[in-house]
Amino acid sequence: MNAPLHSFEPSVLIETAAARVSRAAPGARLSLQARGDLPPLNAALGLDLPTRIGRRARAGALEAICLGPEEWMLHAPEAQAVEILSACAEVYASRPRSLVDVSGRETTFVIDGPRAAELLTLGCARDIDGIAVGEGRRTAFDGVTVILWRDGETSFRMDCWHSFAPHVQHLLEIGCRELAAETI
Amino acid sequence: MLLIHCPYCDETLPEVEFTYAGQAHVVRPADPSSTSDSEWEAFLFLRENPKGAHYERWRHLHGCGRFFNAVRDTVSDRFLTTYAAGAPRPDLSDLIERAK
Repeated sequence: MNAPLHSFEPSVLIETAAARVSRAAPGARLSLQARGDLPPLNAALGLDLPTRIGRRARAGALEAICLGPEEWMLHAPEAQAVEILSACAEVYASRPRSLVDVSGRETTFVIDGPRAAELLTLGCARDIDGIAVGEGRRTAFDGVTVILWRDGETSFRMDCWHSFAPHVQHLLEIGCRELAAETI
Repeated sequence: MLLIHCPYCDETLPEVEFTYAGQAHVVRPADPSSTSDSEWEAFLFLRENPKGAHYERWRHLHGCGRFFNAVRDTVSDRFLTTYAAGAPRPDLSDLIERAK
C-alpha cells in the first residue's frame, strides 16, 4: 500500500544521535538519454553534462548526474522545468534525444548526521566510501533502485520511487534508532 | 557474495546490483523465415551447459542499466572477465592463462 499524500510533504522524519532523515521539497526531475555529440545539449541546458558515470555538474539551481552511458538525471526547481524542456526542444532536430519529466515518479530523502554513511550500509551492499563527496551513483537499497547523491562526508540525498518510499522510509527510521541505541 | 566488474561503470560491485541474462553471443538469424525448424529451435531453446568457462550476459540493473558480457567459471563461480556488449568473444586460453 502506498503512503498517504500528506507523508510526502517536506519534513524531518526522524532525528537521533546517529543520523537525521528528512524529506526534501518536491522539485522537477528530468530523465535525459542522448548519444553522440553533447555540445548542442550542453548549450541548451547551460551546463556541461558529465560523461563519467557517477559524476555531477551544476549550473545555478540545475543539477545533473550521469547515471549510465548516455543517461542523465536532471534536478531543478519546479518552475524551471518548462524552460529546460523548451530549450532542449529547440535543438531536438539536430540532436534527437529522450527527455522525460519524471517529477511525479520520485521522492528524495535527505540523510545527514555523524553516522549517515553507516546508516546507508543497512540496505546498500556497495562500499559507500567508494562514492566520493560531490559524486553520486544509482544503486540498490534493500532491493530498491535508488539514486544516491553524496553532498558531504556525512550528508546524502536518496531518490527513490514513490511506491517504494514507505518501505525505504521505515527501514531508515529503524536504522536511525538502532544506531542511536548502540551509541548509548 | 560475488563481486562483478561492470565494464561501463568501470567499478567492481556487489552481485545484488546485477541480474543474470542468459547465454551470450546467441545470434538471431537474419532471415528467420528461411531457417529450418531445427535451426530455429536451436536459436530459441538450445543452450550450452558447460562445466567450466561460460560466456554469459549480465545486466547492471541497479546501476548503469547496461547489458554486458562475462566469462564465468560455472564450477568456481569466478569471473574470468567482463566486456562490453557487442565486443568480440575473448579467447578462452588467454583468459585462463591470465587467471592463473
